[in-house]
Amino acid sequence: MLHTFVVYVENKPGVLSRVVSLFRRRAFNIDSLTVGRTEKDDVSRMTIVTEADPDQARRIVANIYKLVNVLLVDDITGQPALLRDLSLIKVGATQETRSQVLDLAHVFKARVLDIATESITVELTGGEEKVDRFLELLNPYGLLEVVRTGIVAMRRGAKSPTVASKAELTPASAEQSDSVSHSV
Amino acid sequence: MGSEKQVLTGARILWECLEREGVKTVFGYPGGAILPAYDALQHSSIRHILVRHEQGATHMADGYARATGGVGVAVATSGPGATNMVTGIATAMLDSSPILCITGQVGSKLLGSDAFQETDITGVTLPITKHNYLVTRPEDIAPAVREALYVAKSGRPGPVLIDITKDAQQGSCEFDFERAAPKMRGYRPDLSPANDAYDKALAMIAAAKKPVILAGHGIAVSGAEREVQAFAERACIPVAMTLLGLGHMPASHVLNMGMMGMHGEAWVNKAIQEADLLLALGMRFDDRVTGNLKSYAPNAKKIHVEIDPAEINKNVKVDLALVGDLRKILLEMLPRVQPASRTEWIERIHQLKGDTAVRDIQNLPDNGHLYAAHVINDLWHETRGRDAIVVTDVGQHQMWEAQYYKHENPRSLITSGGLGTMGFALPAAVGAKVARPDAEVWVVAGDGGFQMTMAEMATIVQENVKVNIAIINNGFLGMVRQWQEFFYERNYEATPLLNPNFAMLAQAYGIKSQAVKHRADVVPAVRAARAHEGPVLIDFQVEQEDTVYPMVAAGAALHDMIRRPSPIVETAEDE
Repeated sequence: MLHTFVVYVENKPGVLSRVVSLFRRRAFNIDSLTVGRTEKDDVSRMTIVTEADPDQARRIVANIYKLVNVLLVDDITGQPALLRDLSLIKVGATQETRSQVLDLAHVFKARVLDIATESITVELTGGEEKVDRFLELLNPYGLLEVVRTGIVAMRRGAKSPTVASKAELTPASAEQSDSVSHSV
Repeated sequence: MGSEKQVLTGARILWECLEREGVKTVFGYPGGAILPAYDALQHSSIRHILVRHEQGATHMADGYARATGGVGVAVATSGPGATNMVTGIATAMLDSSPILCITGQVGSKLLGSDAFQETDITGVTLPITKHNYLVTRPEDIAPAVREALYVAKSGRPGPVLIDITKDAQQGSCEFDFERAAPKMRGYRPDLSPANDAYDKALAMIAAAKKPVILAGHGIAVSGAEREVQAFAERACIPVAMTLLGLGHMPASHVLNMGMMGMHGEAWVNKAIQEADLLLALGMRFDDRVTGNLKSYAPNAKKIHVEIDPAEINKNVKVDLALVGDLRKILLEMLPRVQPASRTEWIERIHQLKGDTAVRDIQNLPDNGHLYAAHVINDLWHETRGRDAIVVTDVGQHQMWEAQYYKHENPRSLITSGGLGTMGFALPAAVGAKVARPDAEVWVVAGDGGFQMTMAEMATIVQENVKVNIAIINNGFLGMVRQWQEFFYERNYEATPLLNPNFAMLAQAYGIKSQAVKHRADVVPAVRAARAHEGPVLIDFQVEQEDTVYPMVAAGAALHDMIRRPSPIVETAEDE
């Protein structure tokens, strides 16, 4: 099944390639990957969607944690969460079909960005399924160009995972212990 | 030390930092991009050992690390100097050996311009290092060095590389050792099991009738040699060793069965296949120890004690995992484990052992042929009871060493297990000897692998490193030949070797040497080598087409072993 991981990493050069290289090396398939800034200057956040069974997913988390620049990994699969995919879609639209395309865009709450004589370009944000369905309906009109960002995700509710900020750090020799239960 | 501040060049900060971290020796090879660092070496008390190839430097650092448990340090220049380190880094990665590689890099303004001797070495080594750093400013050198040493050593150890641009070495900045202490935000090497996992493990052990401990390299990494032995004794559990586990429990111990796996002892593999509980301690179920996973220990529940959570359920699905430091976990369990005697199971293992011992090539009368097993056995007899370290290469001799040299002490066998790097032995032995000058160090290498890094003979002479070199010379790439014999209809394509005269070659380097062709000459040669002050090479010219038995073919079940043909020993019954 598709797993969604939210990965917090130090905002340093080369971290993205470390994460991507890990997936390549361990032969885990990336379905989509997004990376961007967060509320903290020195923390970047990735959302990685990948095909994995539960045991593979656990090992993916363990492997990502082995990367020294990784701060936190949250497997939000099956958790109450907001998942959003943004897409730009250029669809063929002549005088005869333009209103039908606009109707569909209206129903899907897609924003119309550009209308030309032969095409309409819209922006749609939503869960992956919504975007999929929209594209399916537009297909008969001729999809000229489609780009999707891949999923960005956030857990619902007030509680968010905390990532230590730089100021709170003590030297690494002080032993920190994390309890891990691995009854399988 | 306080936090006195000085302004120093990046190059001087590098050595100063290493020195304060306790590094006494580095293995390296200079070149343009690392020259500022070499120039600054004059201010440091660190010993530099000049190698003949950067691969040698990495293996030496690795041997140093494995002999002591500390971090070994290798230094090279940019471009080809750095890429020559790749094999050594990959070797250290697969055997979880803590080494620090320091490479020079072209000036930061030239990065990405394909400048002379520029290679993206942090990119190249990304998948084979535990972590790596590209340092472009002198201010970043001290924090990178301290963090790198910490990362290399902690948790599951591994190789770390720091690539330092030439201008970062040349530039100056304030140096404050204390302030450069590692402060890491994400890295969490100290995991420990949940409390209920101990109870579950102890209950599973108490319920087991036929348990086996699988003992690996993690025992030495964790320093858990005594705890493993105490645990095995208290719970009365026979112990099977991985190749890298050998020595971490004395071979002579009554519960130590010996090596498991592809060339493990037959009775050990059979015991594993019959077991009802496997307690894996600091090992990772490599394909060379499991054989076919589908038929692996089918009746056994499995407990995996392992520091790296990513190893859990990777190859073998386990029933319970205790993730954390092995020694700490055993110390937690020791007072609570139920004493047991398991007489039936011990009896059964003796029974399994019975038929294998008589097939031993050691029992052959001297028929004029020199067998590798004889050489290894005599070497063991002569050096036993001493604090000898044997460093092996990769191939048949490595397996014979593992079978016939009975290791009593931890860290007394150093070998490339995971990567199987030919050419490892000679340079790794240099590292081991430099790390432990009091120890007697033997290289046991095949004629093939030895030739891959034999340029380091010059290093041992120039740096006056007393190692004894035993070449097990059968004129073949022996292990490959063995596979051709079994699986490719004896088509010995590209495996016969036309070798140089190793004894003369050694003499050309200024190394005392001799060739040995008869069994009776083995012991005198070993004794002469031990008595000689400087390095010695012995070219043991052994039987050409001898074979390592038993053997589990790749992909076969662990108990499905190719055995030594019975005519060799009349009493043996073949299966």
